[in-house]
Amino acid sequence: MINLNEVLTKGFDYKSITHKSKENKKLANVLRFENIFQKGLGLTGIILIIILLSIFITLAITSMPSIKHLGIKFLYSKEWNPVTDEFGALPFLLGTLLTSLLALIISTPFALSSAIFLGEYYPAGIVSNILKNIIELLASIPSVVYGFWGMVVLVPIIRNIELKLHVLPYGVGILTSSIILAIMIIPYSVSLSRQVISMVPPSLKEGAYSLGATRFEVIRKIIIPHTRSGLFAAVLLALGRALGETMAVTMLIGNSHYIPKNIFSPGNTMASVIANEFTEATGNVYLSVLIEMGLLLFVVTTLINISGRQIIKRYIFH
Amino acid sequence: MDKLIRSRFYKDRLFKGGIMLFTVLSTVPLLLILFYIVKQGISSINWDFFINLPKPVGEKGGGIINGLIGTSIIVLVASVIAIPFGAVIGLYLSEYSRDKLSYWVGLCVDVLQGIPSIVLGIIIYLWVVKPTGHFSALSGSIALAIMMLPPIIKSTEETLKLIPGTIKEASLALGVPYYKTILRIILPMGLSGILSGSILSISRVAGETAPLLFTAFGNPFINTNILKPMSSLPLLIFNYAGSAYEDWHKLAWGASFVLIMMILLLNIVTKILERKWKIQF
Repeated sequence: MINLNEVLTKGFDYKSITHKSKENKKLANVLRFENIFQKGLGLTGIILIIILLSIFITLAITSMPSIKHLGIKFLYSKEWNPVTDEFGALPFLLGTLLTSLLALIISTPFALSSAIFLGEYYPAGIVSNILKNIIELLASIPSVVYGFWGMVVLVPIIRNIELKLHVLPYGVGILTSSIILAIMIIPYSVSLSRQVISMVPPSLKEGAYSLGATRFEVIRKIIIPHTRSGLFAAVLLALGRALGETMAVTMLIGNSHYIPKNIFSPGNTMASVIANEFTEATGNVYLSVLIEMGLLLFVVTTLINISGRQIIKRYIFH
Repeated sequence: MDKLIRSRFYKDRLFKGGIMLFTVLSTVPLLLILFYIVKQGISSINWDFFINLPKPVGEKGGGIINGLIGTSIIVLVASVIAIPFGAVIGLYLSEYSRDKLSYWVGLCVDVLQGIPSIVLGIIIYLWVVKPTGHFSALSGSIALAIMMLPPIIKSTEETLKLIPGTIKEASLALGVPYYKTILRIILPMGLSGILSGSILSISRVAGETAPLLFTAFGNPFINTNILKPMSSLPLLIFNYAGSAYEDWHKLAWGASFVLIMMILLLNIVTKILERKWKIQF
């Protein structure tokens, strides 16, 4: 006999069917399959976790030669000489930070305005639909096309500006890649901050309106304070994108192994060094140095992503 | 008093004007890029462009057939790997949303989405290319498949969560086993979400270059063997854009135009799917 109460509380154990009638056999088969099915579902999740962990472990193990050989010097030395096995990542660290931060500074005013426009002024309707589509399209243009466009259109413009300012007219460099990066990260910060802004409870806004506040005052005194941490998270996640962006930056940054002197000078980011030198890297340490940079990128972007998403999630659920 | 109110109104209007201006300005780059690509690309598009290999410098004409075939094969193989796996994980996350394990799986999906594509290139190089000893299209597909997972998982999870629990309960109450309920009722209802997520993820990885640099590597000839190096449109653009020759630039513009049109088409298909098959209750 099957004890219904037991089945409901503990789940059914198909092995307990001992009586071998035809129906019971069928039932046992179904239940066995059910068991496999449910475990299989959980297994795929575990596989995903394993993939992620093994990505981290692989990066950590293969960058061991470099960590042993160079130690902490890797982070502050500026010598880059594959022949003598001297590798200092400081120029690339600075290059990555500089391009990403500059891109954030350039893109944030535009992204915030678009987010306020879409989240507050025109949440629905033709105008906002067109705008949303345009921003989505910006996100779907491949990075290599951005890079190509930057090389052909943006570089000459920057070169002209540099000539007027009397700096060396490279054309390519930190500023050029930052501008392209800024264009590329706008969609991410817009869509996230738009979501956050549209989550502001209407009652708060209505309260302010009923007290006679203008829209500007509502935005400045209600919406911005209420969404501050969410907007911060949106910017943070955009930064995560910018740090790891490779192709467009590789094509526009000028690939110089020196510390950039100003925003016009050419440089290199961690991602662009990997892209340029990985297939040419001969020698154990050289390859492992590049992988260590990959590890660094992985760890930083993962930390940024987890914290950013945690903040955003808190927003959307409350 | 009157003055104060007026100044507040002025400020309000000024702010709105500023917001509008910046919003319009942020759409300018897209229009410029599209304008440029269409202008430069359309002149190099003709029938020969689709059926020929790239020609050496100095010779007129030449096409992108190797890139077209390569992109199609690499993306196809990546989809075959990623779509079933991603859909099952999405199903798991929607069914066991209160599980402790599923919290970690969800976190992994978020982290996976944020990994720079170049890092995935390194990983697949270490996992596949190095042990097998040569670059191959298959390794490129695996890298792209990992990139495709997060959007597929998320879209599946979100769609399946929209299906009301009553439908599942009704099926279970009729004595239908759980797995049959999932396979015959829940999954078919959420098919639109899985499909649109898959197409969206295809459109995202079709333009990826960085993970292919050390995996599929590129190939100046037509190759259909997925165990050998293969070209793809983004790789082709990258290689020819960096050259100093006008002919090759032209080729790269044409390839960019084709790539963007492909991605645009996939996006439109996703939109139509979402609108037509939207789950409504």
